[in-house]
Amino acid sequence: MAVTESSSFQVRRIWTDERARSAIFQLLTIVGLAALIAIMVSNTLANLDARGLDVGFDFVGDPAFFDINQKLINYTSQSTFGRALIVGLLNTLLVSAMGIIAATIIGFSAGVLRLSNNWIVSRMVTVYVEITRNVPVLLQIIFWWTILTGLPKVRDSLSLGDVAFLNNRGIRMPAPILEEGFGYVLIAILVGFVAAILVGRWAKRRQDETGEAFPAIWTGLGLIIGLPLIVYFLTGSPVDWDIPERTRFNYRGGFNVTPELIALWFALSTYTGAFISEIVRSGILSVSKGQTEAASAIGLRSNLTMRKIILPQALRVIIPPLTSQYLNLTKNSSLAVAIGYQDLVSIGGTVLNQSGQAIEVVAIWMFVYLSLSLMTSAFMNWYNRRIALVER
Amino acid sequence: MKIAWTFLGAIVIALFSFTAHAGTLDDVKSAGVLKCGINTGLPGFAYTDDAGNWIGFDAAYCRAVAAAVLGDPDKVEYHNLTGQQRFPALASGEIDVLSRNTTWTFSRDVDLGFTFIGVSYYDGQGFIGRKSLGIKSATELDGASVCIQTGTTTELNLADFFRVNGMTYEPVPIETNEEARIAYLAERCDVYTTDASGLAATKTTFEDGDAHMVFPEIISKEPLGPLVRHGDDQWADIARWVLNALINAEELGVTQGNVSSLAGGSDNPEINRMLGSEGSLGEMLGLSKTWAVAAIKAGGNYGEIFERYLGTGTALGLERGVNALYTNGGLIYAPPMR
Repeated sequence: MAVTESSSFQVRRIWTDERARSAIFQLLTIVGLAALIAIMVSNTLANLDARGLDVGFDFVGDPAFFDINQKLINYTSQSTFGRALIVGLLNTLLVSAMGIIAATIIGFSAGVLRLSNNWIVSRMVTVYVEITRNVPVLLQIIFWWTILTGLPKVRDSLSLGDVAFLNNRGIRMPAPILEEGFGYVLIAILVGFVAAILVGRWAKRRQDETGEAFPAIWTGLGLIIGLPLIVYFLTGSPVDWDIPERTRFNYRGGFNVTPELIALWFALSTYTGAFISEIVRSGILSVSKGQTEAASAIGLRSNLTMRKIILPQALRVIIPPLTSQYLNLTKNSSLAVAIGYQDLVSIGGTVLNQSGQAIEVVAIWMFVYLSLSLMTSAFMNWYNRRIALVER
Repeated sequence: MKIAWTFLGAIVIALFSFTAHAGTLDDVKSAGVLKCGINTGLPGFAYTDDAGNWIGFDAAYCRAVAAAVLGDPDKVEYHNLTGQQRFPALASGEIDVLSRNTTWTFSRDVDLGFTFIGVSYYDGQGFIGRKSLGIKSATELDGASVCIQTGTTTELNLADFFRVNGMTYEPVPIETNEEARIAYLAERCDVYTTDASGLAATKTTFEDGDAHMVFPEIISKEPLGPLVRHGDDQWADIARWVLNALINAEELGVTQGNVSSLAGGSDNPEINRMLGSEGSLGEMLGLSKTWAVAAIKAGGNYGEIFERYLGTGTALGLERGVNALYTNGGLIYAPPMR
């Protein structure tokens, strides 16, 4: 009897001990979750097996047999499903990168301009922000695509100096053919970049120590653009241009930027740009007015006040929500399928349909978008830590 | 606490019960409605009438199956699916039968795990383009931009056709027939390619139909027909024999108009077996004796359905051609009802 009493006493003690109780419940939750996942996986596998469907990623080695219009790497209809998916991934990365750069420029400009003292400028920016922010981005993508396919037909193409042609199938531009000696130009570009960074660091240190400013940005730009230009002419212009020619149906040669890419890029960057401008505005407003007043009291011009005083402090507030805008833009690029831009989702859908491997393709989609998002977050978190104000 | 456990128990039961799957016939009977996958909109095959009901050649088959199984052709729940959505929808059980001008191919039949139950329309892939292009043949299309619907066999045939003929092209992939039509009319592409029947259907919607021409080349075999999931042979038999009954009805002269009177009995034993006044074919399928009567009453026999939605009297104006009965020199042929 005594034994039973003491054991029931211990059970009660564990039950009433808050730490033990929460540990037990956490353990139960984990076991329950693991069981749930195990059941779902085995259930799915059993169902697939019952329908005679193969599971696995062997299909990525099979030939795709379909064509893709925009490919950044070599691809033909005899290439594999796996390669088709990589072409799609690169197209997603291309439009996302272009979108992020443009949205950042648009967003920061609009955010600053909306606080402008000029009534017309600030109102115009307000109109832009409110319109683009409040219309679904899918509609904006279709809107831009409709505008672009309304451009002149191929036979009435707008000629830009007889080397580039604009029509409703995109902009066809001359493509550079690199010849011997172009390597030196590439080296010059690299040297220019490194030199610009070094000049920038030196100028910052000098300003920190002596307070004397140095036009580092202009010097840097000069180095990055000027140096390769000089080398280019010294080596005797080692680039030939593949200029588009008119054929019966289309222009041939050069390279084509499709209206799908442009429409998607415009829509994503103006849409996300509007959100970023609001983030920038809130960031700037979060810096107390005293800072501006103190800056003008010591005679700094407003341009310099913005660059050196306001923005560095505002960035603390701007960066975290900016990250999620970048993630949104990347994920929204999957709406490309609506206008036939062949991104990962569009090509993945075709692969899914031709191979029948629905679960695998969906898994690849989720894995890729998750990885892209996590990498963007990781980079932005690193940047955020770097620019964070050190509290004293 | 108690609620939480009950809830957890319910989830576990729900998960385990997935695998215990009843036959599709029982599912359809207990639901009282047939879930049928059709096109998102293709004149002649699946489109809406003035009252907003889905009708057409493909929808008529759904109605015949619903009539045979449930006794009422209106008990159909239509699921409008794009080329990409249709297979996952069928594989997952979201629909019971897919009747969406789908090409019967080896890999779809074998690898994707579906059972094609017959051919309801023999088709082939063609091209439509403006007459003003000044070309007479699809072999002159080198360098053209071509609109295609994604997730279809046409996408693969197109790649093969241009490769074999040593030509290049710019594919312009589009999700649905309607969007492809818009892109083609905006001259985003020079030609639009899909099944010849689809081209005829799409051409009827152009304001300036005469300015366009369908090129003579048919670059593929596209036997279109309904399909069901692998593994439920009884359901596949029902789907197959509803189609066969419609075809046999045309051959035997059973029409929407005379099926009721013939159902009482006639001097042709094959008609009697089909319509249930002799033998027990319906019971063998797990259906009522009058399954075929109901199916034929729903929209008439194969020939009547063809003429109503696709035939020369319609805007599409398609000839029977290879889709005539074998007795008239076509390919449409159904095994006997015996």
